[in-house]
Amino acid sequence: MTRRALKATGITLCYLAVWHIAAAAVGKAFILPSPLDTAKALLALASTGEFYASIGMTLLRVVGGFAAGVAAGALLGVLTAFSGLADEFLAPLRSIVKATPVTSFIILVLLYLTSSLTPAFIAFLVVTPIVWANVRAGVRSADPLLVEMTKAYRVPKLRRLAKLYLPSAFPDFAAACTTGLGFAWKSGVAAEVIANSGLSIGQRLNESKIYFETPELFAWTAAVILLSILLERLMLKLLGKLTHEREGN
Amino acid sequence: MIELRDVTLARGEKTILEHISASLPDAGVVALLGPSGSGKTTLTLLFAGLLAPAAGTFRGMEGKRVAVVFQEDRLLPWLSAKENVALADGERSVADCLSLVELDGEAEKYPRRLSGGMQRRVAIARALRLGGDALVLDEPFKGLDAELRERVAKRLAAAFPLIFIATHDESEAALLGDYTKISLG
Repeated sequence: MTRRALKATGITLCYLAVWHIAAAAVGKAFILPSPLDTAKALLALASTGEFYASIGMTLLRVVGGFAAGVAAGALLGVLTAFSGLADEFLAPLRSIVKATPVTSFIILVLLYLTSSLTPAFIAFLVVTPIVWANVRAGVRSADPLLVEMTKAYRVPKLRRLAKLYLPSAFPDFAAACTTGLGFAWKSGVAAEVIANSGLSIGQRLNESKIYFETPELFAWTAAVILLSILLERLMLKLLGKLTHEREGN
Repeated sequence: MIELRDVTLARGEKTILEHISASLPDAGVVALLGPSGSGKTTLTLLFAGLLAPAAGTFRGMEGKRVAVVFQEDRLLPWLSAKENVALADGERSVADCLSLVELDGEAEKYPRRLSGGMQRRVAIARALRLGGDALVLDEPFKGLDAELRERVAKRLAAAFPLIFIATHDESEAALLGDYTKISLG
């Protein structure tokens, strides 16, 4: 085991010990379950098909909404980077979406969409302005000397976009994707809780709360955290691969 | 003839050159000579069609297809040498252009894997690929050894009917052939 891994394990064990002591002090699993109670509940959940079906559906909703948000944000970012009129026209929309609390959006969206579609739409709404703002900034920060070169060489506009502006914006786009995925995951699950979406992590969290199954509530929360870490790692790996290709290594 | 009458050139708010007048041949080599900061680069931008005069008249380059080798290499770091050359659309093949600057074996390499002199040659190959009526060169032979300079200069002179070269070293202009001189500074 490396020194870094040892250090990380030590820190994790410290936190688990604090949690264990606190749970022992409370003495009631339905108020504060111990790490062991939580692990047992998680193992029990993991032995059911419903656990994986709920996770699968939540992933489908969040990743679907995230992908749509990335696509929409990238398109809007490019459009508003080049068109001053579009930028001015769409600026209020960007500000409203950024400033409105996610919970307000969830309740509003529930008026128009089904409880199953709402989390995906919320993930989309959360991700779009993040990617939009970063791509817009990235495109605008393209090296002016390179822009001048492409003009001198009469590189057609679409080719200029593909060969110069989009690669220039890539680091900003990658940062937005990493941040956006975390937000999409958290708000998607929150939307599932409020909307009580069928077959979802959110619904399971909700039910655990209603029926005072606190160890299960903690177990589902642990599953949400673990999945969030896993998704972030996967995203970083994918972006790392793309960066590698972009830099010609 | 290419004519400059009382031309003033500015970049942003800053005036770089004032009251420049000259009559230049529309074939051959024109050398823009002067020390650093004398305005050579700004004048190359005028000939390249990238800067309009703030005052005065400039005639003779209308409709000409002009290739440019900027003072900086201006290569796209995420494209290989051959992709950087292919960014320019021209009749000469990418492989031929790389061959003319003696980079045959380096086509797949990315700029950061190339030496400074090699990157310079990729920028020259890109200009060869565009081809056209004129070539604007700004300190083009940085990082190239004497013999290579001579060979590349000969090939450039053969490829373009009109060449503008900005340099602080007059011998670089001489490599391209007989030249008309504009002294700045």
